[in-house]
Amino acid sequence: MSKKENAVSIQCYHCGEDCVDKPILAHEKEFCCEGCKMVYEILNQNGLCDYYSISKNPGINQRIKVRENKFSFLDDESIQQSLTVFKDEKQTHISFYLPQMHCSSCLWLLENLHQLNENIISSKVNFTRKEADIIFNHRNVSMRQVAELLTAIGYEPYISLNDAKQAKPKLNKSKIYKLGVAGFCFGNIMLLSFPEYLGIDGKEQNLITTFRYLSLILSLPVFFYSSSELYMSAWKSLKHGFLSIDAPIVLAVVVTFGRSLYEVLSGTGSGYFDSMSGIVFFMLIGRVLQDKTYEQLSFERDYTSYFPIAVTRVKDEKEETAALPDIKLNDTLLIHNQELIPADGIITRGKAVIDYSFVTGESLPIEKEMGEIVYAGGKQIGSNIEILVVKEVAQSYLTKLWNREDLKQKIRDEERSFVHLLSRYFTWIVLFLSISSATYWYFNDISKMWIAATSVLIIACPCALLLSNTFTNGNILRILGRKHLYLRNAQTIEDIADINYIVFDKTGTLTTGRYNEINYDGMMLSKDLKRKIAALTSQSTHPMSKAIAAWTNESSRMKVVAFEEFAGKGIEGIVDGELITLGSKSYVTGVHAERDVESSVYISVEGKVLGKFGFRNQYRTHIPALIKTLQKKYQLAVLSGDNAGEKNYLQELLGFDANILFHQKPEDKLEAIKSLQQKGKKVMMIGDGLNDAGALRQADVGIAVTENSNNFTPASDAILEAKELSQLYKFIQLCKDNKKVVLAAFIVSLLYNIVGNYFAVQGMLSPMLAAILMPCSSISILLITFGFSNLSAWKMKLK
Amino acid sequence: MSVIVLLLIASITVACLFLAAFIWSVKNGQYDDEASAPLRMLFDDKPLNKEEKQL
Repeated sequence: MSKKENAVSIQCYHCGEDCVDKPILAHEKEFCCEGCKMVYEILNQNGLCDYYSISKNPGINQRIKVRENKFSFLDDESIQQSLTVFKDEKQTHISFYLPQMHCSSCLWLLENLHQLNENIISSKVNFTRKEADIIFNHRNVSMRQVAELLTAIGYEPYISLNDAKQAKPKLNKSKIYKLGVAGFCFGNIMLLSFPEYLGIDGKEQNLITTFRYLSLILSLPVFFYSSSELYMSAWKSLKHGFLSIDAPIVLAVVVTFGRSLYEVLSGTGSGYFDSMSGIVFFMLIGRVLQDKTYEQLSFERDYTSYFPIAVTRVKDEKEETAALPDIKLNDTLLIHNQELIPADGIITRGKAVIDYSFVTGESLPIEKEMGEIVYAGGKQIGSNIEILVVKEVAQSYLTKLWNREDLKQKIRDEERSFVHLLSRYFTWIVLFLSISSATYWYFNDISKMWIAATSVLIIACPCALLLSNTFTNGNILRILGRKHLYLRNAQTIEDIADINYIVFDKTGTLTTGRYNEINYDGMMLSKDLKRKIAALTSQSTHPMSKAIAAWTNESSRMKVVAFEEFAGKGIEGIVDGELITLGSKSYVTGVHAERDVESSVYISVEGKVLGKFGFRNQYRTHIPALIKTLQKKYQLAVLSGDNAGEKNYLQELLGFDANILFHQKPEDKLEAIKSLQQKGKKVMMIGDGLNDAGALRQADVGIAVTENSNNFTPASDAILEAKELSQLYKFIQLCKDNKKVVLAAFIVSLLYNIVGNYFAVQGMLSPMLAAILMPCSSISILLITFGFSNLSAWKMKLK
Repeated sequence: MSVIVLLLIASITVACLFLAAFIWSVKNGQYDDEASAPLRMLFDDKPLNKEEKQL
């Protein structure tokens, strides 16, 4: 009752959350928990309270305590070594991933770590990747102490097995260098060409020659260095027997360079160096825009970034830290609350309540008793357990799932974009034009033959198409990224536009994976009985019991006698003289049930069945509205690893012809997608867990849904933040508009081509005309692509 | 005429310096993290000074 009287909620000074219970008063500030207060005190002692003035309530809630000794594995030499970036006699460099980092205060505090501990020499934050590069004096402070210091101020480092792999892939910056060089040369050549365009005095022959040769020299880096990007990609696809859009462009660049070289060396003209370097420059910009990757996200994560780097091993009654790869058969592991089970094993001590939702899609944790097998990938909830390893990490169920051969074999054909097809037609037309004008001049004025033929190739290269494609793709990737849909690459835009079948996963995708709604179905429960139920359920740590206890809305201190809990069945106990039993259908009613059709708990008092509690998943907001919109254009299906409890609701939501399957194993999901594809469907799979990993990769487009994009997601084509799932329809529409925009820009560039070719076939293409047409067409393409793609995003209210 | 040649040399030298600066800045990782630099710029050194005074 006291909660309701406290109408005005008090915000914690540290983390900004409501102080639900009585706020803790200290230093004239209110805190929600001891943890938050402690962080404040640490900062206060070190004069770092500016933390609170940069952003409002910047802290991270400290209610859930991090286990002591959690970072004891950092004392291990070999683990230390695998995490260290650089080490000399005095200092160690290390990079920690800090998922809690979120605001400018965090940045400030993390870069002032040296004020908290003088042995930390410096720390530099990379905000996009949520990483902090820390240099510390390892003689006076250990890696573990650094990690514990970070944890103490609320930034617990996330260290996974993946971090132990040496040498992170280095970012390839060569494209940027090439772009810089091309821009530099383009600008200078343009400047040097001006005198001749503007009609320099013919008498100044020396000066003209100087300008021409300078342009020639400046074009060399563009031709040999910057354009190598194009040569490489053209060569790569030619090797695979594929004529990509790059091939005709390379041809045009080579022809332009060759002809210009000839003109300058023979003194017959100034060449087209400015146009050539200009087009290379613009094309590189387009590529850089399109290839912008979301560095902080990984689309290729494997199980190693999900697994911890080390676990606690029990040997001769002593706890020790062991790196995960060192776990051997018959080792005994100690698994703490909220820790992942890293290898298949048999429980030897304690009672396991394991959350497999991420691995199998089952929304309810599973109880396991001593002697039962637990599979890797589940998360233990509750007390500590010990397991005996029966399969090594590399052999476990989860790892095998990941390493399935048929998933690896899926070849991603990166060059199936429609622009390549279009460019092929275009190239044939251009070649035809070039040859026919050469033939014409061969018979009429042989001196103009080469000029005309090369002019056509110079003016009509499909670079406009490439430009419009890369710029539109780049822009759409950005628009989607701002809306928290992160695509792996530009090809995914086209793939999304082509789909006609959408498959959803249930747990974690359509639902939040939490049980929030409980329906009671049966005889009325009196207030007194509710109180008894509350007393009974509060004895158990099972999440269903907890949910029922919360549902009763009663708190009772009634004594429970002869309380017993049967794993996977239910609980019973005598409260105030009445025997109350809660549990599964077969346990409570005695009626044998094949397997659970729905998530429900039956209740009986003194052997008399009163009713059942139905557990409903909580669906994400706006899901029904999204389904209604999608239904009009796409076929929908749901593949769930969970029980069929939601079948009726989903069938109603998706329509009666929709395919809704339950109890789907990861393999089943994959096969289902495969068979749809064999029927000619273009399938989009939307899922979140490891059990969807296969299906996500098999599908034409796999979108991983996550609550937080920095969390672990299975390998996929795109990552979507769960709160934006409701916008899915708009995202697909925007991807469809992509093609239209590219085509519109291409048609405009065709007009420029017609004008240019009109002069080219006559052998009258002057360098100046080329120099005017080229930037004009590039800039108009830029305007069209940005304009139209932003317009369509704006129309859909995605801006 | 010689003036123009001089100017040319001067302008291209300056441009080369800028190119070198650009390449250096990319290599130096200044574009690696575009999010934190604009934030970092806003922090003043006040907290540091405070600390010194206390000492």
